[in-house]
Amino acid sequence: MIDLELTDGWVEPELAEEFPELGLVHARVDVRPGGSPPEVKQRLRMLADRYTGGKVVHMRQDPVPWAYRVFSRQVGIDPDQDRTPVEAVALKRLKQGGLRSENVVDDALTIAIAETGVPLIALDAERVEGELGLRLAREGERLGDVRPLSARQLVVADSQGPVAVVLGEVGEHAGVTPETGAMVLCALGVKGVPRISLEEALWSAAETLYTDASA
Amino acid sequence: MPDVLDRPVGFPGVETLTDERAARRTLLAQVERLETELGQVFCATWPRTEMARPAVPGRGGGPRLLSLAELEELRDDLAGHIADARRALSDRTWVEEQNRRLIEEMMLDPARHKWRRVSAEDIGEPGCRHWHVRPRWSFIGMLMGWWRVVVSSGCPLAT
Repeated sequence: MIDLELTDGWVEPELAEEFPELGLVHARVDVRPGGSPPEVKQRLRMLADRYTGGKVVHMRQDPVPWAYRVFSRQVGIDPDQDRTPVEAVALKRLKQGGLRSENVVDDALTIAIAETGVPLIALDAERVEGELGLRLAREGERLGDVRPLSARQLVVADSQGPVAVVLGEVGEHAGVTPETGAMVLCALGVKGVPRISLEEALWSAAETLYTDASA
Repeated sequence: MPDVLDRPVGFPGVETLTDERAARRTLLAQVERLETELGQVFCATWPRTEMARPAVPGRGGGPRLLSLAELEELRDDLAGHIADARRALSDRTWVEEQNRRLIEEMMLDPARHKWRRVSAEDIGEPGCRHWHVRPRWSFIGMLMGWWRVVVSSGCPLAT
């Protein structure tokens, strides 16, 4: 039986005013990363079989992928260039002819994203300080002291600073490594995506990770 | 009276802040509606793979809160690209309709359309099927005027 405590992250008032339904739900998962067990690889194969060219083309009209496309557009991203996570998974499937297993964390995120359409990221729980939330990057701020962020860029942040770019990369300083002992899974919610979809995405990813732990 | 008219409007040292919230909300709603239309046009062009896809570039700088001017520019770009894509699709579907009519005419009177060939792509359908007006029994058919429409199907096997 999985025990998952879902927490709502904070959202900076300026951002909440612009996007009232924007949210971040996260949950701690006490699992160490590793290779994927056969059951997870099998699940990836079954998931890959569900994709067809026509389905991928029409995916942009499905409610959840559409909601993330709209949000991408509203924050200045071209979703046909920088794909939303669910479309990126679908495109990868078409290009590679399948969904290759990488490691249990990436596989768990891929499965959850493909099944629910909700973007997820995994962070190292021990390298995150305080509460997680969404805010705008400040002038001169960097992602893990390496990658410069543009002013007013949307980021996932803890009390120390940005840990990931919204719908983008995770900072190396906060990402999951082979030494990680526990993770924080984060799901991004936007207008048009029901809360239940975010919860389902987190439960789906956690379930896959615990499959590995119990194997 | 001239003194009153010459008096500057407003109070010195007091800055007037414009409330952009209503305008921003309207623009975001317009972008949402236009993105939906863009998706519809994109899906309507499938499977016409050779047609240019309506693409509106991002604003650069990653996901960020756009300024009012940027939102307006984005809205205008989206509207312009959608209009162009709709026009191109409309032109294309008109040609496809003509080709469908041609297939019907070929079926009704093959001798009037000797050697004419229409492919599935010409009528906006996927696959390698084509309709070809050919003589029955080769040269004998040509000499006798025995023409028929041969419908081929299936794509060549990959080598």
